[in-house]
Amino acid sequence: MIRQQIGMILIGIGILFNFLGVLGLIRLPDVYNRLQAATKCVTFGSAGLLFGVFVLQGFSSFGIKALLGIGFIFLTSPVAAHAIARAAHRSRIPLCPESTTDAYESDRELREEAPRDVA
Amino acid sequence: MRALRWFLAAVILGVLAYFNFFVLRAPLLVKLINVSLFSALFVLYRVVRGPSPADRIIAVDILGILIISVLALYGLAHGQGFFMDIALIWALLSFVASLAFAKILEGRGLDD
Repeated sequence: MIRQQIGMILIGIGILFNFLGVLGLIRLPDVYNRLQAATKCVTFGSAGLLFGVFVLQGFSSFGIKALLGIGFIFLTSPVAAHAIARAAHRSRIPLCPESTTDAYESDRELREEAPRDVA
Repeated sequence: MRALRWFLAAVILGVLAYFNFFVLRAPLLVKLINVSLFSALFVLYRVVRGPSPADRIIAVDILGILIISVLALYGLAHGQGFFMDIALIWALLSFVASLAFAKILEGRGLDD
């Protein structure tokens, strides 16, 4: 009986995290801000939700598949977010006007200006 | 104008929460599935009205992860295990689609 309560609490926390991440996806002003808010919140929210499903179901096939889903989300979601952020910065999508520094751009300019025949 | 938008958003969220949690006669799991579906609706707003293509790609990626959680809850509500198979396959296809969209946005082809 306490197993059901713990599972439902985990599912509730996961859905709360999902909802807040989606609100960040709507409200934030920039591509990169939206990306970091939505990706982190929705990844950990879905992981908590799937762990709640595993707690409710135990070691049946359903629960083992839920654990497999947690591992898969933890492996794939940061890779996809990093690829999208890199592609967005390389295709010259501007930052929001309130941002003060762009470390990736200055780093790339330095690397292109450096002499290449050192080796 | 800004205050009007805040007021409108508060009214929409309040009406959704009131009718979902206090008026609807359903089990708790169905109410939680409804909250996830509202989140998917907000993500679809960003898909339709994204200013740049990167916004739409991010929204489609997030929508894939939301659909995984909705499928897990749906299988839990119905007591059927095969929804989790569909969720795993959806996660795999969503990951490959996100990487392909990122490569196309960067301007490279799919084979280098």
